[in-house]
Amino acid sequence: MKIIVAIKQVPERDAQVRIAANGKWIDEADLQWAMNEPDAYALEEALLLKESGGACGEVIVVSAGPERVGSTIREALAKGADRAIQILCDDLNGRDALGVARLLAAAIKPENPDLVLTGLQSEDLGLGQTGVIVAELLGLPHATMILHVEKTESGLKVKRELEEGWFQSIELPTPAVLTVQSGGNKLRYATLMGIKRAKTKDLRTVNAAELGAEGTPAVVLDQIAAPKKQKSTQILPGSAKEAAAALVEKLKTEARVL
Amino acid sequence: MSVLLVLEQSCGKTRRASWEALVAALRLGPAENITAVVIGAQTEALAAEAAAKPVGKVIRVEHPLLAQYTADGFCAALQQLIQNESPTEVVVFSHTYQVRDYAPALACRMGQVLIGDVVAIEDGPKFVRQLMQGRLIGSYRHSGIGPCFVSVQAGAFRPDATDTRPGAAPAPITTFTPTIDAAQIRTKPGEPFRASEQTVDLGSAQRIVSVGRGIKEAANLSIVQELATALGAELAASRPICDNGWLPMERQVGSSGQTVAPRLYLAVGISGAIQHLVGMKGSQCIVAINKDPDAPIFEVADYGIVGDLFEVVPALTEALKAAKQ
Ligand SMILES: Cc1cc2nc3c(=O)[nH]c(=O)nc-3n(C[C@H](O)[C@H](O)[C@H](O)COP(=O)(O)OP(=O)(O)OC[C@H]3O[C@@H](n4cnc5c(N)ncnc54)[C@H](O)[C@@H]3O)c2cc1C
Ligand SMILES: Nc1ncnc2c1ncn2[C@@H]1O[C@H](COP(=O)(O)O)[C@@H](O)[C@H]1O
Repeated sequence: MKIIVAIKQVPERDAQVRIAANGKWIDEADLQWAMNEPDAYALEEALLLKESGGACGEVIVVSAGPERVGSTIREALAKGADRAIQILCDDLNGRDALGVARLLAAAIKPENPDLVLTGLQSEDLGLGQTGVIVAELLGLPHATMILHVEKTESGLKVKRELEEGWFQSIELPTPAVLTVQSGGNKLRYATLMGIKRAKTKDLRTVNAAELGAEGTPAVVLDQIAAPKKQKSTQILPGSAKEAAAALVEKLKTEARVL
Repeated sequence: MSVLLVLEQSCGKTRRASWEALVAALRLGPAENITAVVIGAQTEALAAEAAAKPVGKVIRVEHPLLAQYTADGFCAALQQLIQNESPTEVVVFSHTYQVRDYAPALACRMGQVLIGDVVAIEDGPKFVRQLMQGRLIGSYRHSGIGPCFVSVQAGAFRPDATDTRPGAAPAPITTFTPTIDAAQIRTKPGEPFRASEQTVDLGSAQRIVSVGRGIKEAANLSIVQELATALGAELAASRPICDNGWLPMERQVGSSGQTVAPRLYLAVGISGAIQHLVGMKGSQCIVAINKDPDAPIFEVADYGIVGDLFEVVPALTEALKAAKQ
């Protein structure tokens, strides 16, 4: 199977985020970056599928973003992806979900993959849409929130997460697009050998403008801000010991839950 | 504004989240301009329920191929309906798993982009949604022509205002039959199932200590277990802890896990992503321990300790033991 995995680079989870001066996005200076977590699970699922399918499989990473995205792509190659396509694009935040999906679809289409995997949601924008739109643009069937993929005679059988601890199996033909939920597998680490080999793997870059995928955005992010506080939380000050003692007292006499 | 409100059913009943979406729709236009849409193969009872709400009319989108949800079936049917009902200015959904599965494709088919997971609607209209896992909010607007697609987050709009209208006549109901061909439906969904027998009932626990990724390693879980024991509480967790296999999934709290409402919920090293909050924000008293003073969990907490959990948790266990003596 030829599998494409769409991977987004996002700010590291514990990074301190500051609003940029123009109020339209965060200040990206001094940020640490990481692979979007569900995308790491999508990559893992792709690698497992390839490994179970014999020698003919291929896993290709595609990622859109500025220069810095290359480090996340290398990480994916070090984990075992075969090659990568980087869509160079410095105005990712000026594009809506359809705009980004158009870029990805344009890069994916000529590859004619059997399967496209994306994460179900990005940790920064949290749109939860890009994979579904890519499917629509490529004219392929899709399924979302997938935890497990199994190859069958006629296509795929996938395990889909539903709300509140329920699941469902879905059968669909290939080629198809799946959006992957975290937690379906255990993530592998890149080995030293893998990191070494990644340096020699094929990483093709293409400028966003060359893909012929431009369009005017249908939705615009006007402004970002810190959320307004709605509830007044009593923060208990002092050392760990003092705060703990104060909390026990409050829980006993004020909240009466002890 | 003319608003199309797409209701969602579960086991033949309209989901509560759909009535929250109605509250959002009422922010955009008066009841007479709202068209409620029920969709499926047998929608008579659903339509009657909707007709008693503050809406202008109800449309039943009926077809045998819509008996079971599929993205292909729902996209085809709703696209035809929206074109037929033109001009529709806004299409409102609740941000459920089902809507996430098809609404982005439906919007794309119509050259639009869904503004998903909206938590507030301001004049303009501007649609507010969370960014960076709840640490920031962003204000979005629709630009250009054609309908604007919006889905609203569970719990963000309170449905008290959407009680039935006493004394008023029910809204008129019509039926729309889309053209759908079985060959258009490419996916074959199976029946929902649960993973395994549940052995813990977090739903009835009086006290819960819940642990998140701040705990760093499975080996560190013992300190929260000791705290839970000192409190006489059940141990629960955020999703990443269960994803890593450090605790069984039946102890996961949130939209894809359990919904709990204990008298005391103590969140340790949990950031407070919305998918976690929806599972616990009904708790009577919420305490958060987190080293980040801006963590969204403090938005819902009654009491907070800003600090390193590896110092605070053992100190709290000690203080509880001391208080018992
Ligand atoms: C469709 C969908 C469904 C989901 N369902 C669920 C669900 O049911 N339940 C759920 O929980 N999540 C769910 N999630 C995931 C959710 O979005 C978050 O990713 C998750 O809740 C984050 O878990 P966390 O707070 O433990 O980790 P993080 O977000 O990584 O937060 C860790 C926190 O620990 C704090 N911390 C770190 N070190 C320390 C220290 N030494 N002392 C004190 N504090 C410290 C940090 O400041 C941070 O706030 C779902 C996501 C999606 C997309
Ligand atoms: N710039 C990008 N490059 C590669 N993949 C992306 C990009 N943006 C989004 N994706 C993919 O789409 C998924 C959903 O993102 P979103 O719709 O932003 O929540 C992510 O998990 C990625 O797999």
